[in-house]
Amino acid sequence: MYYHGCRHLVQSDVQGFSKQSDGVPSDPRSARAMKVWAIMVLAMLLAACQPHDEVDEPSKPRLPVPVNVEFDPEGRPLPEVLASEQTLHRGNGEEPQTLDPHLAEGVPTANILRDLFEGLTTTAPDGRIVPGAAIHWDISRDGLTYTFYLDPAGTWSNGEPVTADDFVWSWRRVVDPNTAAAYGRMLAPVVNAEQIFSGELPPEELGVTALNESTFQVRLDDPTPYFLGLLTHPTTYPVHRESFETHGSAHVRPGNLISNGAYVLTDWQVRSRIELARNLHFRDADNVIIERVIYYPFEDENTEFNRFRAGDLQWTYQVPSSQFRWLERNLDEALMVAPWFGTYFFSFNLTREPFRDNLELRRALNLAIDREIITERVSQFGEIPTFNLIPPGLPDYEPPKPEYAEWTQEEREEEARRLYRQAGYSESDPLTVELRYNTSENHRKIAVAVAAMWKQTLGVRTRLVNEEFRVFLQNRAQRRVTQVFRAGWIGDYQDAFTFLELFHSGHGRNDAGYNNPRYDRLLEQIASERIPALRRNLMREAERMLLADQVILPTFIYVSKRLVDPRLKGWEENIMDYHLTRYMYLVRERGVEPEERTDEVDDEGGETGDGRRETDEQAGLRPINAFPVVFRLPSSVSPAIRRIATPC
Amino acid sequence: MLRYSLKRLASAVPTLFLLITVAFFLIRIAPGGPFDSERALPAEIEANLAAKYHLDEPLVMQYGRYIWQIVRLDFGPSFHYLDWTVNDLIIQGAPVSFTLGILALIMALVVGIPIGVWAAWRQNRPSDYTVMGVAMIGISIPNFVLAPLLILLFAITLGWLPAGGWEYSFSRMVLPVITLALPMIAYVARITRGSMIEVLHSSFIRTARAKGLPEKEVLINHALKPALLPVISYLGPAAAAILTGSVVVERIFTIPGIGSYFVQGALNRDYTLVMGVVILYGILIIVFNFLVDLLYAWLDPRIRYDDLESES
Repeated sequence: MYYHGCRHLVQSDVQGFSKQSDGVPSDPRSARAMKVWAIMVLAMLLAACQPHDEVDEPSKPRLPVPVNVEFDPEGRPLPEVLASEQTLHRGNGEEPQTLDPHLAEGVPTANILRDLFEGLTTTAPDGRIVPGAAIHWDISRDGLTYTFYLDPAGTWSNGEPVTADDFVWSWRRVVDPNTAAAYGRMLAPVVNAEQIFSGELPPEELGVTALNESTFQVRLDDPTPYFLGLLTHPTTYPVHRESFETHGSAHVRPGNLISNGAYVLTDWQVRSRIELARNLHFRDADNVIIERVIYYPFEDENTEFNRFRAGDLQWTYQVPSSQFRWLERNLDEALMVAPWFGTYFFSFNLTREPFRDNLELRRALNLAIDREIITERVSQFGEIPTFNLIPPGLPDYEPPKPEYAEWTQEEREEEARRLYRQAGYSESDPLTVELRYNTSENHRKIAVAVAAMWKQTLGVRTRLVNEEFRVFLQNRAQRRVTQVFRAGWIGDYQDAFTFLELFHSGHGRNDAGYNNPRYDRLLEQIASERIPALRRNLMREAERMLLADQVILPTFIYVSKRLVDPRLKGWEENIMDYHLTRYMYLVRERGVEPEERTDEVDDEGGETGDGRRETDEQAGLRPINAFPVVFRLPSSVSPAIRRIATPC
Repeated sequence: MLRYSLKRLASAVPTLFLLITVAFFLIRIAPGGPFDSERALPAEIEANLAAKYHLDEPLVMQYGRYIWQIVRLDFGPSFHYLDWTVNDLIIQGAPVSFTLGILALIMALVVGIPIGVWAAWRQNRPSDYTVMGVAMIGISIPNFVLAPLLILLFAITLGWLPAGGWEYSFSRMVLPVITLALPMIAYVARITRGSMIEVLHSSFIRTARAKGLPEKEVLINHALKPALLPVISYLGPAAAAILTGSVVVERIFTIPGIGSYFVQGALNRDYTLVMGVVILYGILIIVFNFLVDLLYAWLDPRIRYDDLESES
């Protein structure tokens, strides 16, 4: 839990010592004995820190250096640059709730499902939408009918062909209210989907048809320009009907699960590992290089980080959020940070005092926050300060910047003070407000910073309230006790609408209680608009309206952050943070041949000249499971970078 | 003895029943439900989910249904891990936790008792203080500090042992077992020392020494057995606790035991899973307390349960 535990150790131990010592039986010599103990405890603490200090130095992570990748004319990496063992160890957040693509939710589960299954479309390494199970498609002129032509090579992992009927059956299952699909609403644009959700129509009435064995047609209620993007979502994946009907809810267990993606499920140890192997029947199996992927669930980011440092993982789900400086200094080549399709914001409860009908106050609080301090000093990983709801980076949407985004922070604070006075508050009669967030160290730090800025600029008195996640969600939804609360949203599909729809007066997650008929009407117009440019303008107008009404207090754009072994290639950063294993491959480490290796060790020993290389030599003799490879920093890395900040 | 055992067994049933009842209603008092998430579900879907897991029924009916399930040893489906039943999860996790727990328990006894005996024998000398001082530190260092330090030293720096993960192999079990056992060693040593000192001052030890028996024999053959009684009573609940896993150790070493189900299950409002592990824990506590009482009778000839009964 605490990786750099020395400070904690000192504090908690001294406390523990005094507490425990109360119970020591009284003895004439106990005062002296106490002293002896106190000294011993201190000595132990020092000893505990000492090896920590010393050991941290040589344990400075040594990353493997990959050979240069060369490609054949078809763009595939040459066999001689590839590592002999193509097994990828991926750290992956929490244990999946289920591997049934129709019931699943959560990013970690989706990562696995994208390897196991394939939708009609899929994503390229850079996040572009490319043909998946459907090799191509036609869109009718009115944008309401999509006809998908399935790839004739598409097969289930048992060798049966993937047919249009598989999709018809699967999609009906998704909208069937008895399935209770967590993301069933992804198919809401399809004809009759809404009525089927609410039980008015049977699932058979869904607007999908199998024109023939390999042609699948979908009819939509409204033109949905992001529809092709929705098809990369697990909820739209096909599920093998026969195995579901045979095994029921156990159809996703290893041995039962039949999938159509690049990998098949071979082993699943709950909360330990999920193992996939290359699906030989996959339509593009020849181009899949990684033979095995093992997903490890982690409940704790520091644990995952330790496993990466020990060389057990080549890809992590996240990084310890408080360790940016250390990571930047020591693991720069492995640390991958990229903008993500999500926004961190706070939201006002518009249905209660003090924010109800109080635009000036909401605006004052919004302007009083210095976002750069939050991203640079608090969140630290290069998050992007923002005044908008929708993250930048969408190909066809430019978020409208409110005018105060261009001001200096001083101007914003000046204006905030003016508005604050206008709203009827002053130094002598300050606002007292509750800022609510769900329990997490990161959220706490950000909330503290926000409260401090409000205090400093406006004199607002903030009470911080942290709540366990489900209590927090319930309080937010009830809108009875909340005033300002943390929110945040990661887009489900590549379109601005995934953010805008949250504030429709009827949306289930509209916890702000925003109820603006004009905004609702705009959303409906967006849904039915066929011309992209007009639709874009409507969306910009909706976002502008939402920001002008000061419903939320946008803070920053999330970044995805992880550690990646430099030998892992074939993946690219993308805004959706989708990384399919089928594109990845492991390349050889530079100089792994025995003769070369001896040379290199000698060289490096000479270079650094600090005698630490001996430890590295021994490292080569370690038990295999401790260190599968000899990690080594490139000699170009300066000794200064090699040093490590010691926590003690 | 048999009569006593049967009587204890009979009294275990209402205890468990009470435990199940209290736990059942307590977890349902917690705000929020198992299917709440940041994404809002359509009302119809939510209603269907509730119906599927019988959450729409009155609480008393749910309770009755649950009791009937328990009687058939079916803990029901997990509300969070949708692909598994609670039985599946416990069957997968319990052997892992049991293995680690038993090893830690053995280590605690094998190391802790000799240390305690030795410290008692050298009472109030520097060696006694040293050992007991170290034991105090063992008790005071929280496992969430100890475990990362062990990983840092043995896995990352020295590279002798893996940094976590689970399989039934010596190298993967060493660090978790040490983390689990260290505080226990310290407790066992302190308790042994305390009771040993008391026993060493009693008259039968004086007699033994007066007979001219060698010190080793006095310590081990005469003093140790009665001195172990408090250790045994500590071990009852401690064993049940350690066998059901530790959420901290499981988190830090990524071990798929059942310890974190107590915490994660509650956070996820996975009602059935929490009930399952709570019942398991309850059963273990009852069993170990019973074993402790049996051991008492064996260790201390003054305690005879059947006699007590016939007297009363």
